[in-house]
Amino acid sequence: MAAHGTASAPVDALAGSTTTPEPNTHSRLGSKQHSDGGWGLVPVQVRSSRFASYDVADFEAVTGLELEWKHTPMAIVRPLTSGLLDGSPIEFSATEAPGITVEWIDRTDARIGTAGKPEERASANAWTAFDKALLVTITGEDAGEITIDRSTLGPSARAAHTVIVASTHSRGTVILQNSGEAMLSENVEIVVGDEAALTVVSVQEWKSDAVHLASHFAEVGRNGRLKHVLVSLGGKVVRVNPSVHLSNDGGDVQLYGAYFADAGQHLEQQVFVNHDAPKTISRVSYKGALQGAGAHTVWVGDVLIRQSASGTDSYEQNRNLLLTEGTRADSVPNLEIETGDIAGAGHASASGRFDDEQLFYLQARGISEEDARRLVVRGFLAEIIQKIGTPALEERLQGVIEAELRGKAAV
Amino acid sequence: MSVLEVKDLHVSVETEQGTKQILKGVDLRVAQGEIHAIMGPNGSGKSTLAYTIAGHPKYHVESGEVLLDGEDLLKMTVDARARAGVFLAMQYPVEIPGVAVTNFLRTAKTAIDGEQPSIRTWTKEVSAAMKNLRMDPSFKDRNVNEGFSGGEKKRHEILQLELLKPKFAVLDETDSGLDVDALKIVSEGVNRARENTGLGLLLITHYTRILRYIQPDFVHVFVDGRVAEEGGRELADRLENEGYDRFLPVSTDAAEANVG
Ligand SMILES: Nc1ncnc2c1ncn2[C@@H]1O[C@H](COP(=O)(O)OP(=O)(O)O)[C@@H](O)[C@H]1O
Ligand SMILES: [Mg+2]
Repeated sequence: MAAHGTASAPVDALAGSTTTPEPNTHSRLGSKQHSDGGWGLVPVQVRSSRFASYDVADFEAVTGLELEWKHTPMAIVRPLTSGLLDGSPIEFSATEAPGITVEWIDRTDARIGTAGKPEERASANAWTAFDKALLVTITGEDAGEITIDRSTLGPSARAAHTVIVASTHSRGTVILQNSGEAMLSENVEIVVGDEAALTVVSVQEWKSDAVHLASHFAEVGRNGRLKHVLVSLGGKVVRVNPSVHLSNDGGDVQLYGAYFADAGQHLEQQVFVNHDAPKTISRVSYKGALQGAGAHTVWVGDVLIRQSASGTDSYEQNRNLLLTEGTRADSVPNLEIETGDIAGAGHASASGRFDDEQLFYLQARGISEEDARRLVVRGFLAEIIQKIGTPALEERLQGVIEAELRGKAAV
Repeated sequence: MSVLEVKDLHVSVETEQGTKQILKGVDLRVAQGEIHAIMGPNGSGKSTLAYTIAGHPKYHVESGEVLLDGEDLLKMTVDARARAGVFLAMQYPVEIPGVAVTNFLRTAKTAIDGEQPSIRTWTKEVSAAMKNLRMDPSFKDRNVNEGFSGGEKKRHEILQLELLKPKFAVLDETDSGLDVDALKIVSEGVNRARENTGLGLLLITHYTRILRYIQPDFVHVFVDGRVAEEGGRELADRLENEGYDRFLPVSTDAAEANVG
């Protein structure tokens, strides 16, 4: 679904549609082309047979027509898909946590490649180029929380690789905090051990001309739980694509995202959940706000429930709030179910203007229209921000969103 | 003393079938401290009157006036009306995701008063008002109306009434969907607000039940967008016994006219 800020009819922004696809319905029928409007017509299975390689030389040059590039402004990201990348380690600062260590490891280390394999050229380009990988290891049931801060990348094209490993039974939180200038392509591998509970938060507060392409690959162990929260606020083009392989019984993933695109900003996320074991659970919820001419967001949500994934329960939703004219939110949910034995599968996608009833309710309590709009937008995104579970970060991000709302007279 | 006046009010809405006339000439005069019950069958235009007074954009005033102490309320924005002292307790309160009750109440109070309430007294006042309405303190941290039961939503409306202290309140079917205990609690809240602030009330209801707890000074029977009959308390008693049948065309569904 593509919603444009110029649409004259206000769309029911917050209600959306909910359907539960019938089990055993293959959505490969119909066109082979990826189509924006065609829920259920898209061959998600292509994902599993999508070409993957660690070597950039194995990928054709990107034309911009490919499924994974068609929404992205190619002219701006070209240095990352086809240019030479500087693979030297990227400076960072990290807070301390009792059960979390951070170290550089060699690119030949066996832990690299356990969760991911590039499926597109920018990802492969980064994989080919990186010198050393940053390894984050979480051990123990009280591992705590760590913030890894990167803010000095500079404008030259670079590559990075991060591996986050949560050992069996561990419990911890890793916050990846990004700011400053960037022309970065990177891969993040996330390995959630059996019975482990890991939270990964990735915050993009880049400077306004930064370009950032990232692939997050997660592999979830038996009864492992991953909460992945993506917050994209700053940058010219920011595309973070999380994919999760639920390859063991009882694996559970929650994927959340909040994004706020201003004039001329392109914020994109292509989510992929691969249910590949019995009793696996996924919840995907992404919410975006758009304001200003040329603000563009893209959300793709592919959920694949394989034959092996009996008793699986999945739900995905994306909601976008178009605050001004001239904005565009693409929202493309895809669901493919290969087994008849599922506990639940659903989706919702809605993009639209303000809900007039919400504004009326607030104004009827004396709150000015401008303040009412701010409250509604802040609340809309707060639903996601509140999932982070780290009060200090939640509060700071709320403040940043508030500032975005105040900074622009548009709202 | 403040007065809220509705004069020969005609209101329409746009529907897919075209413009629909709903209010066809309504006159009302409510002085501060007075309780006016507006009763009538479903679809007679009660909510339309409530929304029009509050300024909902969907309702189009064709002619007539709504005056607050002689000032033209219809020229004011929705928020300006609220700040002028008019409150609407809604029949179907709206959920506001991600906005906590405590934040909402403070923002509304600040807007109405034109200044931040003193933190210490405000917190106490909110807690006391919630306690009176038998609302669990945890409500403060919940998002506005989200996941509230029908009864909880109505209590939350009356909580706002007590805290925002308007001059006039329109209560749109605040009684519907409440069990007897909840009805008593909510009615006590309304009576408290009236005692404390000398509030004038337009109490919209389909049933006479709430009038046992909130005693009306005047009763107006609404039928097909007009006041069909007016009287004192005794009119409510009569409606309790007879229903709306005598006001309605014969063909009307009897269930619609059920009172009590
Ligand atoms: N927004 C609207 N669009 C279309 N019809 C409406 C709208 N609001 C009210 N109506 C119609 O106007 C009439 C009066 O409605 P309402 O004021 O809600 O009555 P009451 O509150 O007395 O039940 C009904 O026939 C209702 O269907
Ligand atoms: Mg009504």
